[in-house]
Amino acid sequence: MSASLYTKRRVKNVLAMSFSLLATAIGLFFLAWILWETLSQGLAGLKPQLFTKITAYREEGGLANAMVGSLILNILGIVIATPIGVAAGAWLAEYSMRSKLGPTIRFLNDILLSAPSIVLGLFVYTIVVLPSKYLSGGDITFSGLAGGIALALIALPVIVRTTDEMLRLVPGTIREAALSLGVPQWKLTMQILVRSARSGIITGILLALARISGETAPLLFTAFGNNFMTFNPLDKMPSLPQVIYEYTKDPSPDINVLAWAGAFVLTMFVLALSLVARFVFSRSKVSHD
Amino acid sequence: MHASASTAVPSAERTAEAARNAKDTRDDRIFGWVLKGCALIVLLALVGAAGSTLWLGSDAFRTFGFGFLTSATWDPSNDQYGALVPVMGTVGTAFIALLFAVPVSFGIALFLTEIAPQWLRGPVSSAIELLAGIPSIIYGMWGLFIFAPFVAEHIKPWLMNNFSADPPDGKVSFLVQHVPGIGKFFSSEYPFFGAGVFTAGLVLAVMIIPFISSVMREVFQTVPTRLKESAYALGSSTWEVVWDIVVPYTRTAVIGGIFLGLGRALGETMAVAFVLGNTFKFSLSFLETGSSIASTIANQFGEAQGLQRSALMALAFLLFVVTFIVLLIARLMLRRLKTREGK
Repeated sequence: MSASLYTKRRVKNVLAMSFSLLATAIGLFFLAWILWETLSQGLAGLKPQLFTKITAYREEGGLANAMVGSLILNILGIVIATPIGVAAGAWLAEYSMRSKLGPTIRFLNDILLSAPSIVLGLFVYTIVVLPSKYLSGGDITFSGLAGGIALALIALPVIVRTTDEMLRLVPGTIREAALSLGVPQWKLTMQILVRSARSGIITGILLALARISGETAPLLFTAFGNNFMTFNPLDKMPSLPQVIYEYTKDPSPDINVLAWAGAFVLTMFVLALSLVARFVFSRSKVSHD
Repeated sequence: MHASASTAVPSAERTAEAARNAKDTRDDRIFGWVLKGCALIVLLALVGAAGSTLWLGSDAFRTFGFGFLTSATWDPSNDQYGALVPVMGTVGTAFIALLFAVPVSFGIALFLTEIAPQWLRGPVSSAIELLAGIPSIIYGMWGLFIFAPFVAEHIKPWLMNNFSADPPDGKVSFLVQHVPGIGKFFSSEYPFFGAGVFTAGLVLAVMIIPFISSVMREVFQTVPTRLKESAYALGSSTWEVVWDIVVPYTRTAVIGGIFLGLGRALGETMAVAFVLGNTFKFSLSFLETGSSIASTIANQFGEAQGLQRSALMALAFLLFVVTFIVLLIARLMLRRLKTREGK
């Protein structure tokens, strides 16, 4: 009786352990599968013209304008989101203790972090693209600026959260030491706390950049896309993810090859960014010890 | 030495100090306001997203009333719009995603916290996290070109042969003959076409596995070691420790993690837009093509005018409200664990 119970428990345990191994294998298998396809299909389309020609030439063209557009949009997004995000994170970590608003904002920020990006894109469409009709006195104008603002909204919660967390990791003794020397709180925050949490905050910014580099949905109705090279943020602006989206839907296999090549470039960029972010973060940990 | 001279210097210093203190206080207050203003942008973004979609979608809500939620017609040529098909597509894909992602994530978290040797934990968890880093448009491409054809060739025919009332091989299986209604969920007009609710759900499952498993792994690690050790000391097996100690201890946070994944699955756009088929026919079947709220907006918003644009905004409002509630529940449940930890 007890022997059979023992066997039953052992069998159950072995089953559970093998299920767990299988689950891990499934996860790793899909990662390898997706990366392998992106790599093998993408390398086929990796030609010099990919980086020198623009999308207007279709099959004979490249993705140069989309890459430049993506770069501009990402820089716009990060440049808008970073000061606001760091400031909001600093407020949460240093100033919000006495108010009830602090925990609420922290909570809402976590929700914004996983809110559907397409809805945020529509929000920016309503507040930036639609009013452009009144400002320009004519048609509704999609613009790189609108795209940048949409991306900034997606980057913002990432930066707020990491800044908040990193500042709260700074030992309280540093604050006490500075305050006892008579340093005003704003100087303490800007010149001591933000500086000592610098690498953690940079990690957050890099992660936010990785996140927005792959965003497509909110750009569809803000930056809109363009087949030509443009450096003007008030013009419609192409981006890598959006060109990939359009070229994937295209029935022509030659165009699909370009989409894969673009996917390869994008994936490598995003993965490299997250690796760099991890490296910066691991260094920040060492410096705190 | 005049007494007045010796007191004049300190008093001048004192006024300077007082002025500096006043300036510091003022600067501090302005600085605090600026920071607070930046923090309020987070609040504004959420309220604004809800408000703007409701405002621009109000036309559709007014025109169709409550019927907007229950009508299955989506007909731009006659300007008739109902949300039922996209809502069902969103819920259906998310349901399938959870069905596959939850057990797999649990297995991964179990492996990473209890089974794997120390040296393997870091690399494996980094690899799983890489899955979260891959842009969703890449998932979409892979889904369209690689995974959907794979489903059409290997998975869908098998499912239809075993569970459908009109299987491609013509032999209705024992199960379908004896379980009434099951065939309805597995029928398809195009047995060899890969796109559909099922395929989209699977792609979403892969996308949300890293989120759910990383929450599970983190909360499993918060279980006090002495609890686990005492169970082991009483002769429990690894599985018994996990199922009877770790899971009950972390239950709310685990559910929070699952809801977090659900929130992601509901709002995902690009991956789903590629593998769902984007049709607006009402169907209960998982193997049939469909559309989701996010994919409908992505596909149609660019060309939409008038009432159609308003209907899409109304859809966005619905999506936002639903994901907001789901994420709210997720965060509340995750926070309860933090309070217990004393953070």
